Amino acid sequence: MKIVFCFLLGLLCYAGQAQHTKVIEVCPTCPVSTIKEGIAMAATNDTLRIKKGTYLEYNIVIDKPLTLLGEDYPIIDGEDKGEIIRIVSDSVTIDGLFIKNVGTSYTTDWAAIRVVKSENYLIQNVVLEKLFFGIYLERSNNGRVYNNKIKGDAVDEYNSGNGIQLWYSKNVVVDRNSVQGVRDGIYLEFSDYITIKNNVSTKNLRYGLHFMFSNDDIYTNNTFDNNGAGVAVMFSKRIKMLNNTFRKNWGTAAFGMLLKEINDAEISGNTFEENTIGINIEGSNRIEYHNNNFIRNGWAVKVMGACYANTFKNNNFLYNSFDISYNSKMNDNVFDQNYWSEYTGYDLDKDGVGDIPYRPVKLFSYIVNRTPETIILLRSLFMDIIDFSEKVSPVFTPDNLLDANPLMKRQK
Amino acid sequence: MPLRLLHPHLYMLKILKYSFYDLIRSRWSYVYFMFYLLLGFVLLFLNNDVSKAVITLMNVIIVLVPLIGTIFGIMYYYNSKEFTELLLAQPIPRSSIFLGQYLGVAGSLTLSLVLGLGIPFMLYGLFKSDAIFDFSLLLVTGAFLTAIFTALAFNIAISNENKIKGFGYAVLLWLFLAVIYDGLFLMSLIIFEEYPLDKFSLAATMLNPIDLSRTLILLKLDISALLGYTGAVFKQFFGTDTGLLVSMLMLLTWTVLPIWRIVYKAKRKDF
Amino acid sequence: MIEVDSLHKKFGKNQVLTGLDLQIEEGGIFAVLGPNGSGKTTLIKCILGMVLPNKGAIKVMGAPIKNTWRYRKQINYLPQIANFPGNIKVNELFKMIKDLRQQPDRQEELISLFGLEPSMNKRLATLSGGTKQKVNIVLTFMFNSPLIILDEPTTGLDPASLIQLKNLIREEKSKGKTILISSHIMQFVAEVADEIIYLLEGTIYYKGGISELQKKTGQKDLEHAIAAITSTPVHA
Repeated sequence: MKIVFCFLLGLLCYAGQAQHTKVIEVCPTCPVSTIKEGIAMAATNDTLRIKKGTYLEYNIVIDKPLTLLGEDYPIIDGEDKGEIIRIVSDSVTIDGLFIKNVGTSYTTDWAAIRVVKSENYLIQNVVLEKLFFGIYLERSNNGRVYNNKIKGDAVDEYNSGNGIQLWYSKNVVVDRNSVQGVRDGIYLEFSDYITIKNNVSTKNLRYGLHFMFSNDDIYTNNTFDNNGAGVAVMFSKRIKMLNNTFRKNWGTAAFGMLLKEINDAEISGNTFEENTIGINIEGSNRIEYHNNNFIRNGWAVKVMGACYANTFKNNNFLYNSFDISYNSKMNDNVFDQNYWSEYTGYDLDKDGVGDIPYRPVKLFSYIVNRTPETIILLRSLFMDIIDFSEKVSPVFTPDNLLDANPLMKRQK
Repeated sequence: MPLRLLHPHLYMLKILKYSFYDLIRSRWSYVYFMFYLLLGFVLLFLNNDVSKAVITLMNVIIVLVPLIGTIFGIMYYYNSKEFTELLLAQPIPRSSIFLGQYLGVAGSLTLSLVLGLGIPFMLYGLFKSDAIFDFSLLLVTGAFLTAIFTALAFNIAISNENKIKGFGYAVLLWLFLAVIYDGLFLMSLIIFEEYPLDKFSLAATMLNPIDLSRTLILLKLDISALLGYTGAVFKQFFGTDTGLLVSMLMLLTWTVLPIWRIVYKAKRKDF
Repeated sequence: MIEVDSLHKKFGKNQVLTGLDLQIEEGGIFAVLGPNGSGKTTLIKCILGMVLPNKGAIKVMGAPIKNTWRYRKQINYLPQIANFPGNIKVNELFKMIKDLRQQPDRQEELISLFGLEPSMNKRLATLSGGTKQKVNIVLTFMFNSPLIILDEPTTGLDPASLIQLKNLIREEKSKGKTILISSHIMQFVAEVADEIIYLLEGTIYYKGGISELQKKTGQKDLEHAIAAITSTPVHA
C-alpha cells in the first residue's frame, strides 16, 4: 500500500516537473525566510521545501494547489496567537511539519491545520503539540490524514479542542495517526463515508473517537486506551466497527463504547478489556454484535432504554463483573452461541454447546442500578444465593433473556 | 536445687509445636489439605484457565476458610481440654498455653491451605504468569481468615464450658458473618438509598472480616466495576492504594483483637 | 511452706470457700478432708493457680503466687481425674512433660516400679482407668520438688500399686518434703497422714494431728473421730 502510494507520489512529481513546476526553498537564513513569503511566490503545484529551523508564523493561508514539505521537522511556532495553517484550495499536501502553540480561544475554534471547502488534500507526517484544535476538516471531501502525531496537554473540557475533527466532510481516510491529551481524539459531525483505521487514541479527556450524525462510516483496527470514554457513536446509521481494541476506560461514566440512537451497525472482532462498561447501549436497534471479546469489564454490555432487534452471537464474555445488565423487564434482543466464562452448565452430548441455557443477567445488576453503593456486596455469598434463586425462577429479570446455546469453549 | 526456667515465649513455642504435631497427624488436617490439593488440580488442569481458577478459589476461600477455621478451632479447644488442664498445673504461663494451642491450630490450617493450593499452582507454572499477585493475595487473605476465625472460635469456647452451646454459637457466628450480615447490609442500603451511603457501606465492610477479605479481592478482580461508582470516599478507597492498605490494617486488627481477648479471658478463667 | 489468708471463692452463686486461713509448715504429710463440695479440690486448685480466688492471698514458699507461674516448678501435682490428651502415646506424654519442665527425673525407676513398660507405646485413650492413674502417679513423682499435691491418689489402683504408692509417699516424706493429700479413703489417710485439715462449708473446721483428734473425740477409729467432730464442735 505504502509502496504504491510512494510510486503515485513520484509519478505526481514527474508530472509536475513536466509542467515546469518549481521547488522553492525556505529556511531562516535563505532569501525566502518565511513560509508566507514562499506561498506568495509560489505558482500552482509548486513545492515549498521548508528546511530545519523555527518559523514564528500564524494565519498562514494556502490558496493554491501546493506541497509544503518539511525537512527534518521544521518548527512552526504560532506563539499562541491564533490559527496556524488554513487550506482553502484543492490539492494541497502538507508533509513533515512540527507545529506548536496554537492559540486558545473561546469564540473561534483555532486549529493547527484547517482545511476549508477543499478537496484532494493530504496531511501526513505532521507532529502537533500544544494545540487547541489539531487538524480541522471543514466541508472538505476526498482527503487523507495519514501518520500524524498529535499530543495535547488538555486539562479541562471547556477550553480544549479535538485532535482531528471532521465537519460536513465526506470520503476522508484517517489512517495511522496517534492522538493523545486532547478533548476528543477524533471527532466526526455530519461526515459520511469516512474510513478510520489503525489509529491509536489514548488519554483523551472525553472520547477517543466520537461520531455525531454521521452515516456509513467504518472504523477498524484502532486502539482506544485510557480515555474518558473509548468511542461514542451517537445519532448515526450504518457504522461498521471492526477489530478495534478498547482498554482501561475507567470511571463513573466511562465505557469502551457508547451507542446512542444508532441503527443498523455492525460490531465485530473488537476487544473490550478492563473498561468500567464495555458497551453502553441506548436506543439502538438492529445491531449485529459478533466475535467480540469482553474481558474483565465491570459491565460487559449495559443496555439502557429501548433497544430492539440486536443480535449477540459468537462473542466471548470473560470474567466480567457483570456480563449483561438491563434496566427493564423487556427484552427483544437475541443472545446465541456466545461463550460465557461464568457458565457452569454441562455438555453431556459433547456437541460443544451447553445443555442448559445461560442467563447472563443477574438480579444483583438490577440492585446495583438502583442503589449503586450495593456494588460493595459483589461476589458475596448472600448475593450469590439471591442470584442463584433468580436464575432458577426469574421474577425480576426478563424471562426470555437467555443464551439457549452457550458455547463450552472460548471462541478464537 | 538447680532450677532452669525458660523464657515464656519458649514455652509458647513448645506448646505450639505439640499442638501443631498433634494436628498435622490428625486425619482431618489431611482431608482439608487433600481437598485444596484436589480443588487446585481440578481448577487448573481440567479447566486450563488461571483467571477462572482464581475467581472460583476466591468464592471457596471466602466461605469455606472461615467455616473450617471456626469448626476446627472450637473442636480443638474442647478436645484438648485435658491437655490444657495437664499443662495448667505445670510451670508454664497461662498465656503461653492458650496462644501456643491457638497458633498450632491456625498454623496447621494455614499450612494445609497454602500447600494444598500452592502445590498445584506451582506445578502449573504460576510463578511465571502474571496471576501470581492475585493468587498471593488470595492466600494471604485465606491465612488471615483462618487466623481470625480460629481466634473467634477460641473466644467462644473459652467463654462457654458447654460444648454443644459453644459449637452452636460458633456455627451461628459463621452463618451471621458469611450470609446474614450481608443480607442486613443490603437491606439497609436499599432502605436508606436516599442518603449518601458510601461511608456507611465502607464502614460496614470493615466491620466484617469476610466482607473485608472479599473487598480486598474485589480490588484486584473487579476494579473496573468498582470505579463506576461516583462516591468520593469510594473513589479514594478503591481508586488508590488506600483500599489495600486500610483493608490489610483492618484484617490485622481483626486478628489481633480476638487473640488479645483469648489471653485476657484465659488469665481470668478458673479450671 | 503454704500460707493461705482469708481465701474466698465463688462459682456463680455457689460460695465454695469463705475466708479460709491455713498454714502448712515445711515437711510432713497433710491430709485435706471434708464432705463432698466442701472445697477440697478448689483449695488445691487455688494453691496451684488453676482457680483464681475472689479474695484473699496465698503464699507458697514465702512468696505470693498471684500472677506468677514460676513457683509451680516447686510443685508436683496429681490431678483428681487423670485427663490426658487421648491421641498421644504414653512415652510421648512423658517426653513432652520432661521437655516442658527441664528437670532431672526418675522416670525409668518409677515405670518399672509400677510395671508400665508394656503400655509405653500405647495411646492414652486405650489405657484402663487404673493404668492411667499409674501414669498419672509416675508423672507426679518423676521430678524432685519440695511440695507434692495429690488429689484423690488412690482412685482405681490395685492393692499392689497402692502399697507402692504409700511407699513412695513415705519415701518423699523422709526426704523432708511437704505432701498435701486429699482423699476419701480414711484408712489410707490414717496410715500415711501426720496432720489432718478438715474442711467444712468453705472454711477450716479442724486442723491438727490424728492422735490429738482421737484424744479429743475419744474415738479410736479415724472414721468415727471425723464423724464425731462434725457433731461436737471442736476448734483448731
